[in-house]
Amino acid sequence: MTTVSIPDVMRILPELILAGFAILVMLFEPFVPAGRKRVLGWIALLGVLVAGMAFTWAPPNAGMAFSGSIAADGFSYFFIFLFLTIAALALLGSINYLERDNIHHAEYYALILFSTVGMCFMAASAELIMIFLGLEISSLSTYVLAGFRRHDPRSNESAMKYFLLGSFATAFFLYGIAFVYGLTGTTNLVDLAADLAQPGKWSTLTRAALILMFVGLAFKVSTVPFQIWTPDVYQGAPAPVTAFLSTGPKAAAFAVLVRIFLGLAGPSGPAAFWVIWISAALTMTVGNFAALLQKNVKRMLAYSAIAHAGYVLVGLAAAMASGSTEGASAVLFYLAAYAFMNVGAFLLIAHLAGPGEGRTEISDFTGLGRAAPGAAACLTVFMLSLSGIPSTAGFFAKFYVFRASVHAGLIGLTIIAVLNSVVSVYYYLNLVVTMYMREGEPQAARTPMPLPLYSAIAASLFAIFYLGLYPNHFLLLSTLSSKPLP
Amino acid sequence: MVAEVTFFILSALALGSAVMVITRRNPVHSALWLIVTLFSVGGVFLILRAPFLFAVQIILYVGGIMVLIIFVIMLVSVDVSGRQQQFSRQWLVGLTTVLILAAELGYALYRGSKGFLLARSAPAAALENNTQAIGTALYQNYMLPVEIASILLLVAMVGAVLMAKRKME
Amino acid sequence: MMPIPPTWCVYLGTGLFTIGVIGVLTRRNVIIILMSIELILNAVNINLVAFSRYFGEVDGQIFAIFVITDAAAEAAVGLGLLIALFRNKETVNADEIDLLKW
Repeated sequence: MTTVSIPDVMRILPELILAGFAILVMLFEPFVPAGRKRVLGWIALLGVLVAGMAFTWAPPNAGMAFSGSIAADGFSYFFIFLFLTIAALALLGSINYLERDNIHHAEYYALILFSTVGMCFMAASAELIMIFLGLEISSLSTYVLAGFRRHDPRSNESAMKYFLLGSFATAFFLYGIAFVYGLTGTTNLVDLAADLAQPGKWSTLTRAALILMFVGLAFKVSTVPFQIWTPDVYQGAPAPVTAFLSTGPKAAAFAVLVRIFLGLAGPSGPAAFWVIWISAALTMTVGNFAALLQKNVKRMLAYSAIAHAGYVLVGLAAAMASGSTEGASAVLFYLAAYAFMNVGAFLLIAHLAGPGEGRTEISDFTGLGRAAPGAAACLTVFMLSLSGIPSTAGFFAKFYVFRASVHAGLIGLTIIAVLNSVVSVYYYLNLVVTMYMREGEPQAARTPMPLPLYSAIAASLFAIFYLGLYPNHFLLLSTLSSKPLP
Repeated sequence: MVAEVTFFILSALALGSAVMVITRRNPVHSALWLIVTLFSVGGVFLILRAPFLFAVQIILYVGGIMVLIIFVIMLVSVDVSGRQQQFSRQWLVGLTTVLILAAELGYALYRGSKGFLLARSAPAAALENNTQAIGTALYQNYMLPVEIASILLLVAMVGAVLMAKRKME
Repeated sequence: MMPIPPTWCVYLGTGLFTIGVIGVLTRRNVIIILMSIELILNAVNINLVAFSRYFGEVDGQIFAIFVITDAAAEAAVGLGLLIALFRNKETVNADEIDLLKW
């Protein structure tokens, strides 16, 4: 018999607060006059802030809650903070976007908050049932968010494709879980690790089950060959939603991968490790070379998102090969750094694309450097950071991943990764060159940035330079957080 | 003996109707065949001493989800899609990949099926009072997932209404 | 009464899983793809319930209940998205959705 204790509830307080505010936003909508819907956005943002503050009330020591379902450790706190930050930035960037495109509904804010709740549960759970429920909450919310421009066929398509492939992926994940349950008799990751640590427990079937689960999550983080949906979905979804779903759910799926694969995969050794190695190499290469060919900014960034998932997989491979915390902490650092630069870039593009997102071709940005110097400079910083130029967050993110993989003895994979990041400089700089060097009148919107968006961009820029100039504090934090409990 | 024969009949029915689901031209026919599959799977649940799940399968799956699907098929006109090409252009690639994967999975099963924890094989008595046992488990050990599932359903409800609604405001 | 061997159920599940995956990868109609995903979820449930039977505990059945809950939620959202799509494009075929090229 388990009873609910107050400390248990305190451990999931951030999630509860977020869910409460999501419901509150929807309940408030009828009382808000049509022209002042932005109040709802501020309420949602307040919810994120209160959820962040709720950590101060949580029991200070790491531990399990709800009879082992919730693992409240540094690892989950790191990810919950990351998700709250991403949600806050996405909310700030959405308020004026929704007004401009006339789709201002409370459900948008509610779904962002619900999706964040799901992601928090994914990162904080040590029980496959809870991970599955968190995954589905965050996925279902993002399917709807991707289709939020309901009268735009591109958005409808994006949502439909995301939904079909996402549900398919979840089904794979579940099928893997069913086998794991049959082989070990438990769905709790702690018991699972203990059970699989016994000699003779690993069979072909165990590996097959883990690979099925990996495939399910690989769809979510869009690794090759499960990336086909990414460009379409990222291009068709509203740009602030793309900012959110290219960082949040991806980081959450990586959190689950780290928790499962580092916790369990000890004796599975070679099989699971090589799966990660090969998909890392393929993902980086396919993502970068496909990005070279793109003419649309959102689509180019979608392929770049695939490539970045590949770099994170390099970190995961290093963590699995060496067993030290260096690889895992590099993964955490990378996911956070990537979140800031990608959210910033997509939010800025959402603004520059103008009403109805009509201007997203790279050629639309010709001459933007003179027409809108401020926006062009910000976009340049995001591009430089994504390509990993020193003094930006992207540089140290890549540096730590590569260092971990060299220390783990993965020389071949490191060489592939370095070559890939050289290739990637070309397409990121192409956008910068188009903005500054090409002659012409920009088609992109030149209206000044609204204040909420401005603060989101400023916060991202600050984070990029902070992580790029003083990475040590954050590296220490990610190292401390990189050991999941089980 | 009776259980074995019933299991074989139900399995054949489930697999046969599942093949019909994915080969029919008209989605309504597919949906009706899927109902046959769901009933057969429900029967398997009964053999496996899970009467509560049998009821859930019939009430929720057949009575809820399938009615929803058929309703939507009626809403978005079927006759247009019935006349169009039915299989995607890369069907051969898809089929080959799946068959290879299935062969691998079957091999893994054949090699590793002893890995299932049969040593813990319990007497049937352990599953007596199935509904009561599930209720106790749901509201004690699994209380948190039950509460969280309510968020899942709320999200689904909000999402479905938002997308299907004709006009906002 | 002797229980039927669990491997039989697992083979039945594998069969349904394979048929479902074939359906998803080869059909074009969105609704039939959705139904193929339901087939896979049923395969999952058969496995879970079978293992639950042989372990003599209800945990697998509880997991199956959550899977069914999720199937209902997914179906509702998916059909909502389909209606929104159909209103704008009048097609239910997955690879005719091609404003954005694969």
